[in-house]
Amino acid sequence: MTLITVNGTEQKLQVDPATPLLWVLREQLELTGTKFGCGIAQCGACTVHINGVAMRSCVTPVSAVAGQNISTIEGLAPSPDELHPLQQAWIDEQVPQCGYCQSGQLMSAAALLAKNPSPSDGDIDDAMSGNICRCGMYSRIRKAIKLAAGVQQFDPALVDVGQGLTNG
Amino acid sequence: MGKWTRRGFISAGVIAGGGLIVGVAIRPGNRASELSKHVTDDDETLLHTWVKLDSNNVVTAIVPHSEMGQGVGTALAQMLADELDADWSLVKFEEAPAISEFANYPMAKGMLLAGADLPDFVVPTVDGVLILSAQALDLQITGGSASVRATGHYGMRVAGAAVKEMLRIAAAQAWHVPVDQVVARDSQLIHEETGRSEPYSAFAAAAAKMTPPASPALKRPDEFKIMGRDVQRHDLPSKVDGTAIFALDVRMPNMLYATVRRAPTFSGGVENIDDTVTRSIEGVVDVVQLPPAEVNALVGGFSSAESVAVVAEGYWQAKKGMDALNIQWRATENDAVSSDTIFAQFERDISAGVDRQSDASEGDLNASMTNAAKVIDADYRVPFLAHTCMEPLNATAVVEDGYCEIWIGCQSPLGFRQAVADSLGFEVENVTLNNCFMGGGFGRKSRADYAIQAAQLAAKVGRPVQLIWSREEDVRQDFYRPAVQSRFRGALDEVGNLTAWENTYAGKMEPAEAPLIPYTVAAKEIGYVASPTHVPLGAWRSVDHSQHGFFTESFIDEVAVAAGQDSYEYRAARLKHLPRQLAVLRKAATEAQWDIPLAPGRGRGIALQECFGSIVAEVVEVTVNDDNLSVDRVVAVIDAGYAVSPDGMKAQIESGIIYGLSAALYGEITIQDGAVVQSNFHDYPSVRMSKAPAIETHIINSGEAMGGAGEPGTPPIAPALANAIFNATGKRIRQLPIKNSVLNV
Repeated sequence: MTLITVNGTEQKLQVDPATPLLWVLREQLELTGTKFGCGIAQCGACTVHINGVAMRSCVTPVSAVAGQNISTIEGLAPSPDELHPLQQAWIDEQVPQCGYCQSGQLMSAAALLAKNPSPSDGDIDDAMSGNICRCGMYSRIRKAIKLAAGVQQFDPALVDVGQGLTNG
Repeated sequence: MGKWTRRGFISAGVIAGGGLIVGVAIRPGNRASELSKHVTDDDETLLHTWVKLDSNNVVTAIVPHSEMGQGVGTALAQMLADELDADWSLVKFEEAPAISEFANYPMAKGMLLAGADLPDFVVPTVDGVLILSAQALDLQITGGSASVRATGHYGMRVAGAAVKEMLRIAAAQAWHVPVDQVVARDSQLIHEETGRSEPYSAFAAAAAKMTPPASPALKRPDEFKIMGRDVQRHDLPSKVDGTAIFALDVRMPNMLYATVRRAPTFSGGVENIDDTVTRSIEGVVDVVQLPPAEVNALVGGFSSAESVAVVAEGYWQAKKGMDALNIQWRATENDAVSSDTIFAQFERDISAGVDRQSDASEGDLNASMTNAAKVIDADYRVPFLAHTCMEPLNATAVVEDGYCEIWIGCQSPLGFRQAVADSLGFEVENVTLNNCFMGGGFGRKSRADYAIQAAQLAAKVGRPVQLIWSREEDVRQDFYRPAVQSRFRGALDEVGNLTAWENTYAGKMEPAEAPLIPYTVAAKEIGYVASPTHVPLGAWRSVDHSQHGFFTESFIDEVAVAAGQDSYEYRAARLKHLPRQLAVLRKAATEAQWDIPLAPGRGRGIALQECFGSIVAEVVEVTVNDDNLSVDRVVAVIDAGYAVSPDGMKAQIESGIIYGLSAALYGEITIQDGAVVQSNFHDYPSVRMSKAPAIETHIINSGEAMGGAGEPGTPPIAPALANAIFNATGKRIRQLPIKNSVLNV
């Protein structure tokens, strides 16, 4: 038997301890918001928080998280009638298209803001480049993170042209 | 060919197009009795194929397209609601169920009557120039960027206008006032003189008894209230809290999980399986050999190879069981095929020119070539590409007592339903298909192979089965964007005018116009040789435009360089006969500040492509520093006629650009020993956040016929990027992906 805490609730599991956390969440606990995308920690669709740190659940054996605090997209909002600021920003910026990767994107972004409330573009690149969005909504994700963080939106393209003017 | 008319769509019989088309439009009278059992609750009255109105005055748009990320439901609902003069907060949408009443007739008609070529998924329904009514029932398809321009324009708007007219007549009769005094506004019917006002729903029952008007008046653009406005997509709240149900999220009592592996060389089969270890793994229920299946591919039918599935209590056990299988695949005639042999074959076939077919032929090519001051030539190549939708292919099926129910995300619900019925030997009425949100589609989810596998597994094991493909299987068993080689010769006169354009490429799918160029040229000869391979092909976002946009918009750049002229000005000078194209190109150059010089090591490139009725130009800015490439910025301009949902259109263009950029930089499926080499995102990469350029999209509402948005953003990105690299470095990219060049991407 393995004991884990998911979104504040303790869960007793009878599973092969080598089973990746992803499949325990999706099949045993029926928390299907966390997605399967690659199975080898390349796409980030399966991102959850383990003790507040963004981790890829598809390569994390459930035995490795015994006794630890896991939170998933279903536990991101502070209450049933309130969205996390990132979830609201995702709607305000109309981020999702197909939406399949967005649970993972939001969990990566939430872990970023929790430790770095005012991320720079470089910080966002570093924290978010493990998450693939095949719909390509990266510029909206970036804007939404900045909106939620209350940091200034910044358009690198305009600066690039400016550099061209100065240097050229 | 006849011309589409509103009357043709909605009146009885509707054999539009001079009798060339039969049974493809809404049939006579009111279909409420047939449809109501499928889409109405007890307190709802079905007014029309596309609209329902419930007792709370909520209007539901019934959308015959699948949501794969493009926000189709919202845009179509905007079109319906605007014509209906509905209160937007009282408008919902739902996807039409996979039954024939919701077949996508407007799309078939839009494709035929706009003069566009039929996409492959329509072809099975065409007999000569006739669409046979029985087969036309299989047309509930999302593809060809057709949702807004066909269903929306011909279906939703007319439906909304018709329903409004019926409601006004019903109110006028109830109130005993002339109908022209009844005003519809914000889901209320109003008679100003007597101060009467009642919700639409009060007249739903009376309106449902009427025959829809033959030719309801549509609004002029200056009367639009909801179209052309940014509205929030309906589906997003469920996509930020994990509650959106994709097919992979379906849960059934007593459900098993399965995974599958198909013969790697596409045509092979199983020689022998040793499943001893697999069957000893706890949780493994069965090992099932699945027969080949006929699948509609982009170039006709395709027989997929045999596959082997492992069924278990959970996906992890199924995957462990699969990894433990020892499968010997049969040898096939394709076991020695590689990407090298395929391109050698293209080279040989293009050079031989045997049975070359012409797409376009104008002027005296030989004379122009002979008299030219300068002739340049070039060969271009692109590789096979996989789709890699974020959601790996999956389906959940239950088969019992001669009845099958399936949950899936697909681009062709009725086609899939038929394919599942055929594979089980069932009547189609005994198959129910529930279409879920799709985690990406991009063309892959129009092929029913994975649905057939799931149904066959459920039939074999007698319990609900959720079949989940591994990412490796998804990459290795796709219906690929074709690898193509394209050869050009261009002739210039002494002042640099383009006098001849010759182009021969290997392999053609659709649409037919993809390789054509918009530029003025005295003589041209564009055509292709067939050069088939064993690799299964399918539609990939923008279909043939994805390769031909790269080829033609790169080569015209080479011509401009050979002429010693600016590549934007050179294009513009040859577009005087096409004012829409010229306006799009000009705006892209203006917004990108084309005339402001860039610093050394930086470059700009431009490209223009018309695709599925929309014209798109893109300008890319790059920095190349010690062979390190950075894609800094993309400026895109689209003229799709009219943007119903401007922010939604911008999102589609951004999406198309990143999808095409991933392919241009990294995308390459290579064949070795007859099979695909790549397997997952580590060797088939996508653009990630740190490599994503800033994108600005500008919309031109020209008022011309509506075009698509999902695909047209993709074709210009690769050539605009390659042209920018040339501008920065003087190095011409003639083969994709760019990762294979000297540049570090």
